[in-house]
Amino acid sequence: MKKTQNVLIKGTKDGLILHLDDQCSYEDLKKELLDKLTENQRVHKDYPLITVSFKIGNRYLTDEQKEELRTLIRQEKNLVVGNIDSNVLTKTEVEKMMKEEEIVSVARIVRSGQVLEATGDLLLIGDVNPGGKVVAGGNIYVMGALRGIAHAGVYGNQDAVISASVMKPSQIRISDVITRAPDVFLDDDKREMECAYIGENGQIMIDRLQVLMHLRPNLNRLEGGH
Amino acid sequence: MGEAIVITSGKGGVGKTTTSANIGTALALQGKRVCLVDTDIGLRNLDVIMGLENRIIYDLVDVVEGRCKIHQALVKDKRFEDLLYLLPAAQTSDKTAVTPEQMKELVDSLKQDYDYVIIDCPAGIEHGYRNAVAGADKAIVVTTPEVSAVRDADRIIGLLEKEENVEPPKLVINRIRSHMMKNGDMLDVDEITTHLSIDLIGIVADDDEVIKASNHGEPIALNPNSKASIAYRNIARRILGESVPLQPLDEVQGGVFSKLKKFFGVK
Repeated sequence: MKKTQNVLIKGTKDGLILHLDDQCSYEDLKKELLDKLTENQRVHKDYPLITVSFKIGNRYLTDEQKEELRTLIRQEKNLVVGNIDSNVLTKTEVEKMMKEEEIVSVARIVRSGQVLEATGDLLLIGDVNPGGKVVAGGNIYVMGALRGIAHAGVYGNQDAVISASVMKPSQIRISDVITRAPDVFLDDDKREMECAYIGENGQIMIDRLQVLMHLRPNLNRLEGGH
Repeated sequence: MGEAIVITSGKGGVGKTTTSANIGTALALQGKRVCLVDTDIGLRNLDVIMGLENRIIYDLVDVVEGRCKIHQALVKDKRFEDLLYLLPAAQTSDKTAVTPEQMKELVDSLKQDYDYVIIDCPAGIEHGYRNAVAGADKAIVVTTPEVSAVRDADRIIGLLEKEENVEPPKLVINRIRSHMMKNGDMLDVDEITTHLSIDLIGIVADDDEVIKASNHGEPIALNPNSKASIAYRNIARRILGESVPLQPLDEVQGGVFSKLKKFFGVK
């Protein structure tokens, strides 16, 4: 039986893609990669820089191993390393991703001096009183009155939104954009549920809740339904 | 076995000590055995308001440090027949002279002998506050209809909710000036209670008599003709489990009526 290659090199317009077999041992892989690189070396001479990406299938590489592969590539003059694409994720990575995706619901009142934090979206069933603060990596939904500070998209998500039944915050922050409340709130009781988001001008906008479905269609997670 | 109630507010000057003195007096008037404990070490006031200042021999710090027995430090209020006692704070030490554990032990032993131990808390949220709260079973938060006092009350309620052995706190709104509330120049009772979202246990009108009485060392609760006195007596009755309607304070009454009217759809 003919021995199949462990390393397959494919050229695309974005550079080279190295398909690494996920059944063989890592040592074999490394050896073959090294061979391939040295034998093809002269081909690449005097050519512009080429990006090399890996597709490693169902193999799990540790950070050290990834670094090793990157070093191998870097040793070649005109190659730069792109990303390493694997089908495998570690449990911690998955947990982190899940945390960023999940909605944490909390039923309490965030009082002055208290800070409520969530990695993903935050659903607060209660009020945020002046001096209190809610912080989330994703969106913030307040079922009660928002009178304190809300900071959504803390890790830099510019698309995060904040909505509240009673929107009277002392400050709103989304990602790194900050806005403060007007000095006087107009005392009309007709205010409906409102939402805050970063508008096209890069400023925080406050509008009716209903505009969100057009502005952030990705908020819909429900699949199916009519 | 009695229960210990801490009277606190966060902000200074809203009437914690006055409220402690009067709730204690009102409870004694109802025939309960009451011990008032002043935890404001270094800035004691409760003895002055109770008119017991010149009878202090030992104080709280003496008890904690073992220089005397508890009953030696307790000052008896002669206006009552063996019902009302005061454990005064020390004036010469500071708050760090006592630890929360020592306070808990002290309050626990007082609870054996008294129906109610009323703990007067110092202003602030530091050591003195932690001492005062350490032995408490219940808490009463005093606020005035001012934004800053309500803000601090909110902070203190947040801290009290974290205390595992303290029941959810109750609210006293002190120094209500009904004409200002009516004009909308002062936060009104509804606004404060919805904002803080805890149960209201009493409202007390701003009354010159309170200051006069305090200066004479006679808690206003002893004077049956004052509005504030009735307010404090009502609070005491509510602590005892009676359901007493909120005092109809002039315009505050109008407020209730207008609310009723609104409820029935009459303009």
